[in-house]
Amino acid sequence: MAIDSDVLVVGGGLAAITSAVAAAREGADVRLVSHKSSTLRQASGLVDALGYVPATEPAQPLREGPPTAGRELDRDDWPDPEGPLADPFEAIDRLPETHPYRVLGADALREGLALFDDLAGDAYRGGHTETNALLPTFGGSVKPTARYPAAAEAGIASDGRPALIVGFRSLTEYDARAFAGRLEAAGVPFDVAGAEVEFAEAFRADTKVTRLAKALDHDEEIDGVPAREALAKAVAPHLHDVVDEAGGVDRVGRVGFPAFLGDQEGDAVRAELSDRLGADVFEIPMGPPSLPGLRLEDRLYDALDAEGVRFETGFPVVGIEAETDGSIETVSVDRKGRETPYGADAFVLATGGLVGKGLDSDREGVREPAFGLHVEQPEDRYEWFVDDAFGDQPYARFGVRIGEDGRALDADGEAAYDNVFAAGGVVGGADVAREKSASGVSLATGIVAGRQAATEATQ
Amino acid sequence: MTRHTDDNGEATDANGTSGGDDRAATDGGVESATGGTDAPELDPDAYDPVDVFPGGDLDLREGADSCYKCTSCDTSCPVAEVDEEFPGPKFQGPEQWRLKRKEDHDIDESITSCSNCMRCDDACPSSVPLSQMHNEARGQFVEEQMEKLSVEYVRNRILANYHTSAQLASVFPRTASFTMNFGPVRWVMEKTMGIPKERDFPEFATETFREWWKGRGGAQVENPDKRVAYFHGCYSNFNTPEVGKAMVRVYEHFGYEVMVPPQKCSGTPMFANGMLTDARRHAETNVESLVEAIGDGADVIASCTSCSLSLRQEYPELFDIHGIEDVSEHTYEALEYLRINEDLEGELAENELADEQSYAYHAPCHARNQGLSRQAVETFRDVDGVTMEDVGDSCSGISGTYGWKEEKYEKSMKIGAEMFEHMEDAEGDVGMTECPTCAMQMEHGTGYEIKHPLQLLEDAVVA
Repeated sequence: MAIDSDVLVVGGGLAAITSAVAAAREGADVRLVSHKSSTLRQASGLVDALGYVPATEPAQPLREGPPTAGRELDRDDWPDPEGPLADPFEAIDRLPETHPYRVLGADALREGLALFDDLAGDAYRGGHTETNALLPTFGGSVKPTARYPAAAEAGIASDGRPALIVGFRSLTEYDARAFAGRLEAAGVPFDVAGAEVEFAEAFRADTKVTRLAKALDHDEEIDGVPAREALAKAVAPHLHDVVDEAGGVDRVGRVGFPAFLGDQEGDAVRAELSDRLGADVFEIPMGPPSLPGLRLEDRLYDALDAEGVRFETGFPVVGIEAETDGSIETVSVDRKGRETPYGADAFVLATGGLVGKGLDSDREGVREPAFGLHVEQPEDRYEWFVDDAFGDQPYARFGVRIGEDGRALDADGEAAYDNVFAAGGVVGGADVAREKSASGVSLATGIVAGRQAATEATQ
Repeated sequence: MTRHTDDNGEATDANGTSGGDDRAATDGGVESATGGTDAPELDPDAYDPVDVFPGGDLDLREGADSCYKCTSCDTSCPVAEVDEEFPGPKFQGPEQWRLKRKEDHDIDESITSCSNCMRCDDACPSSVPLSQMHNEARGQFVEEQMEKLSVEYVRNRILANYHTSAQLASVFPRTASFTMNFGPVRWVMEKTMGIPKERDFPEFATETFREWWKGRGGAQVENPDKRVAYFHGCYSNFNTPEVGKAMVRVYEHFGYEVMVPPQKCSGTPMFANGMLTDARRHAETNVESLVEAIGDGADVIASCTSCSLSLRQEYPELFDIHGIEDVSEHTYEALEYLRINEDLEGELAENELADEQSYAYHAPCHARNQGLSRQAVETFRDVDGVTMEDVGDSCSGISGTYGWKEEKYEKSMKIGAEMFEHMEDAEGDVGMTECPTCAMQMEHGTGYEIKHPLQLLEDAVVA
């Protein structure tokens, strides 16, 4: 006996959640099944749409013969990408024709972002405009992004107010002074200084950020002083650290922290710090472990619950179990070693790309392991890449190709099945890392796949 | 009583060879005793328990190499969240495994602070067998580095072998329930054994589940096509037989023939305390009798999510006992099995409960690890008269025997704080969970009555 639903979404990230909610809102009975805890917890929490249009042709024609795998012979040369873009929508036409934005149209991105705004509610900003915001990131660069957490709002780079960046020696992966220096080098229009303070010294050097967040959530006492007060006291002496061009010193209007200012109680933690410091407080999104990512994951899974979507985490889809007349009837789900059939009228594949393991590769080729869908790729492995690490790497665009209704396509460009749709990182055609478009591609492909799957299932 | 008084499982040499049997006996756990999942024939006499890792080491190299240090496991760890001294699962797993390749490298004592909630398994995008690594390291630490006469060792051994103490206590259940919670006795226990006096020992039932089962004359439904073997575990037998009774009545309602084979502890508290030899001894008995039931066409059903997780995951990961893979593949949690095989929601849609009740549901970590964290909410939320509220994804903090140690008590309550808050915020004043020790912690932190989903299912479809 199969476990049945109208629509089965495979995956647990942004694209999977978007398509599940989109399908549920069309009236479908939706089930979502994912192999592992959502990879949103590794995400920065910034939701980008399109930050750059990278060159797809080298400055000069590529050297004859295969790439040399980094052996520095005749390195090929690529023009700088166009950007950072102010308006992601007007640039879509300059992307390659096979890019999901070109295939689905700009409105798919608009509607995907609108759905995200609805789900994220007051925890996110940026929905008031179609223009990108520039946000400082953990690496000291400035990223064009469409939506950003409310916790990061005061850090926006187009704001002219001087900023203090706070760091902690015990947070070894984060150096506030180097960070402030890189921001200055990036040409931000405000004065900035970095300072290392003593708060986290009460914890051992490799303390997890979740521990620091918990201490602030509960305002635990640190050496007899409540954590939030202790943190504010540690930062206060540095509020005049910023020196402007004329040599003058201003009290900073805003203070940036690594993103660990509480988990459940983030708003209250920021508000109290801000109150005590007399300055706006913001978080700088970090790499994993990422609290902004965890908070987004919590919020979106709560939304799934509220939309009546059923979800299960811990089970991979390992193959197709039964198909008839060009449609998949049931897929096989590995429930702790026991393969169990799951049936649906339509399926959305949103298992992620090479990193999320929605695509699998070895020296022989690149495959989509769950449904065995076609992945477009050159036969010769030496054509998968070019020499310049920042060039237009063909492998970055590998993935399942989709039609304008989100259906997964076969090698001939026809629908692989009548009832299989694909969304997110598993979809090919975009170079999301260079374009800064990963979230937008998930939202645009997710909303189309979800709606079309619901239509297919309920017609 | 049944076989488990006369069969203590020690009859078989743990390092046993196949004793004259000419079958290759080295990979009993890997090779299926049924010759594959779907083959019905099974010969319970044709296997021998074989020691898994003669050298004492599992080959975890591939797992260690799969780690790309994304820290998802650390982020998911409930202990690291409250204790900065705990270096987290990434260290305890792949990093410690690599370190101990070097000779003369001891296992770090912090491994004993891991509560074995196994959340890291589920968090790892790279399928690193973290809990398997933790179990191995903890077993090695206890075996080689822990002082066997220390109070801590003795206390942990007693806690881990709850099956044994509960069996004794249930001979005089009323006396035991009274004595174990008698103030002066508890003061002595804390001082001499490190058992926190804040905790209330669970009451022992005046009639165990097995006594009830025998008294009612065993199965009331016979059905060779639908058979299940009930693994009740220690707690449903000695402390909450009403959960076991609910299981039997619900399954019989759906036409199943219920078998109650001889069984010992699933091993969960032993793994968590690094007592792998004890766990293995119990596993041999369990595998033998469950393989026999599977041979009779039964699937194995557990009502405790830690028991089902142990049989499914830890057994084949840690022991090489012939037939252990079959037990793993045939084991299900009670509600899960009905959701897969019966039209549970259809049945529930036709029923309504006489009294309206809201429940604050907590998903145990070990349920989460079997993909079951949402099943109770999704099964009951549309039933008339029932309101189900998920109190979130935090850990209850007790983790079996963990919260029963004086030095871990405070940590345990700190981990549980978030769940207590969410329970208080929830509409209902009755808690619900599948795990008996989570239930203990929920009751301890809020004073709520705690039910098992099977009890609600019994009310809805049987009554």
